[in-house]
Amino acid sequence: MWMAEFTLKVRRFKPEEAEGPYWESFDVELDPTLSVLDGLLQAKDRDDGSLAVRCSCRAAICGSCGMKINGQSTLACKTMLEEAQSYAESHAVAAQEDGDKTKGNGQTEIVVEPMGNMPVIKDLVTDMESTHWTKVRRVTPWLLPEGDPPEREYIVPPESMIDVTQSMACIQCGACVSSCLSMEADPDFIGPAALAKAYRFIGDPRDAQTKERVHDLAQDPHGIYDCTHCFSCIDACPKGVAPMDQIMRLRRAAEHEGIHDQNHGHNHMEAFTKIIEKKGTLDEAQLLQDSYAPGIKGKLVPKHGAIKGLVESLPTAIRGIRTGKMRSLPKLIPGVHAKLPGDAQDHVKRIYAHAEDHQVELNLYIRGEEADQEAPETEVEPEPDEIADSESRPGTDTGLAPGAGS
Amino acid sequence: MRLAYWPGCVSRGFTPELHGSTALVADRLGIELVELDRANCCGAGVIAEHNQELADTLNARTFALAQRTGLPMMNICSTCQGAQSECEQRLRDSEYRSHINETLAEEGLAYEPEGFSNKNFLWVLVEDYGLDRLKDQVTKPLNGLRVGPFYGCYILRPKHRLGYEEHPERDLYLDRLIEALGGEVVQYDGARKCCGFPIITMARDVSLRQAGTHIGDAIDADADCLVTPCPLCHLNLDMQQPEAAKVVNRELGLAVLHLPQLVGLALGFEPKQLGMRKHIASTEWVEERLEPVAA
Repeated sequence: MWMAEFTLKVRRFKPEEAEGPYWESFDVELDPTLSVLDGLLQAKDRDDGSLAVRCSCRAAICGSCGMKINGQSTLACKTMLEEAQSYAESHAVAAQEDGDKTKGNGQTEIVVEPMGNMPVIKDLVTDMESTHWTKVRRVTPWLLPEGDPPEREYIVPPESMIDVTQSMACIQCGACVSSCLSMEADPDFIGPAALAKAYRFIGDPRDAQTKERVHDLAQDPHGIYDCTHCFSCIDACPKGVAPMDQIMRLRRAAEHEGIHDQNHGHNHMEAFTKIIEKKGTLDEAQLLQDSYAPGIKGKLVPKHGAIKGLVESLPTAIRGIRTGKMRSLPKLIPGVHAKLPGDAQDHVKRIYAHAEDHQVELNLYIRGEEADQEAPETEVEPEPDEIADSESRPGTDTGLAPGAGS
Repeated sequence: MRLAYWPGCVSRGFTPELHGSTALVADRLGIELVELDRANCCGAGVIAEHNQELADTLNARTFALAQRTGLPMMNICSTCQGAQSECEQRLRDSEYRSHINETLAEEGLAYEPEGFSNKNFLWVLVEDYGLDRLKDQVTKPLNGLRVGPFYGCYILRPKHRLGYEEHPERDLYLDRLIEALGGEVVQYDGARKCCGFPIITMARDVSLRQAGTHIGDAIDADADCLVTPCPLCHLNLDMQQPEAAKVVNRELGLAVLHLPQLVGLALGFEPKQLGMRKHIASTEWVEERLEPVAA
């Protein structure tokens, strides 16, 4: 077997000792295709039996060994040593904030830390209760069907479960929670793992509380509109759940259920979409006004929080006028923004008409990402009309499905 | 070098200095920009949230307009790059693409991924123009100016969608550019985090806390300024900076430059020409730092 030397620089913390967290480096010698977890276990075996690490299956199934490797939240058992080494070498400066980039022998160290957004119990073991498990329970993670249970099991056609397959792949490792940048700024954010779990039930055709669930998560100030769309959880997830994509589906479901949330999430999406239909490019003044108070210029009374939102944005606007950023009418007055030249705007409107009619959703998780090939013979492209008329929510084996809005 | 140029919405809206400085810098570098004036908004992920097919068709239209020029496409907004790359990824599916192209056919357009490329200005400078060639054009090196890179999420993540397999070091380009221009890269915690802009109207405090924290961290790391290739990050980091200061309850006041402004300074343009006076956070300190020390 080919062996190589690696140095793991581990962030350690012993609660029983007075000193705070500190760094300790361990030299390990292993086959480079083995995992960082294997490296940690060798260090524990040879150098220090007190090194705390949580693990079980070593095959990315149990979700126990979530941690940060070179600053990236992931599973230690799914990260190969050579892969971590090569990343550490190219990104040494970026990954290590404090001091030495390399050890005396000149080899770059692989940096290993406990997960973020969670209290550390010891070394690489975190307490997932407050920012993970409590939040998963918060979204009622079980089925709430209607009526008497069937005599035997609930029968569901497989194709109607496609929509939730991706969120079902979650192994509760917490890597997404660890990486979440919204949660860093707002520890109360329900977060990527729990919201992906919420979609697993909201997208389930057997569940009878869809509207109530979506309403709850849309109105909560720490709910679906607290996600800042940073993609961190998508990169962190070792199982391809893409939690942020599930949060976006929840927003789509909220729109479909007609929920006008107090966070202006629905207003913002609706305003943005309508402006592009009318103008082709973004009229920022209009977006600002309509995000807070659609119809404020008409007879509608502004909704809860609208006046506050608009007033809060005033100082920023005034400063913008002063420096010359917004010293022109189209930037100040909603609606003055020019539309696209010639017949271009008509073509954009026509695209809207087509797309709003079909609302086809391509699910790459089902469909596969390298799909530029002939479709398998068994697959038949659904006619757009069939898709639009389809009663059942999600769609077909092809992964081409009508969206939640159809 | 000729490129089909998509400026995006914000660079002509609330950050007009970005569009202006890009034009100056590109011209000086001998990059000819053919503006796609009929193209539409990328949807910034918001339209995709509402209706995926709509976002994909709108962006396929922009790609097709770029393809009609026969030139590679360039954008100057991380958010455009991210939103467009997301659609580009789905449009690789030939069955889905033909469905989308049916809609485009009425305008005489069709998008074919073969040979298509869409890169933001940062990627173009590093991968196509070349930092060595850029260095040769520098007439006023940044004199050790301490610059904190702020990448913006949409050109960093998700990696599998943004060409990181082919270019695994795209998340280091801004650092390299700063060095090539004669500046010093400031390492601080927020360089690859989120500015918070996407939720400014929905969770204002959380949004501004993100911006304020990163600016504060950069100040603590002794930065003279930040630089970003994303105008939406610029809105939260610069335009909202006084509001962010209130939320994080500390004094801020750190200049935030657009990528072409930083390049422009090193090429010898005056701060005013580059629209730096339009910023909310004063750029005076940067101007002072760049003045040659009196003998």
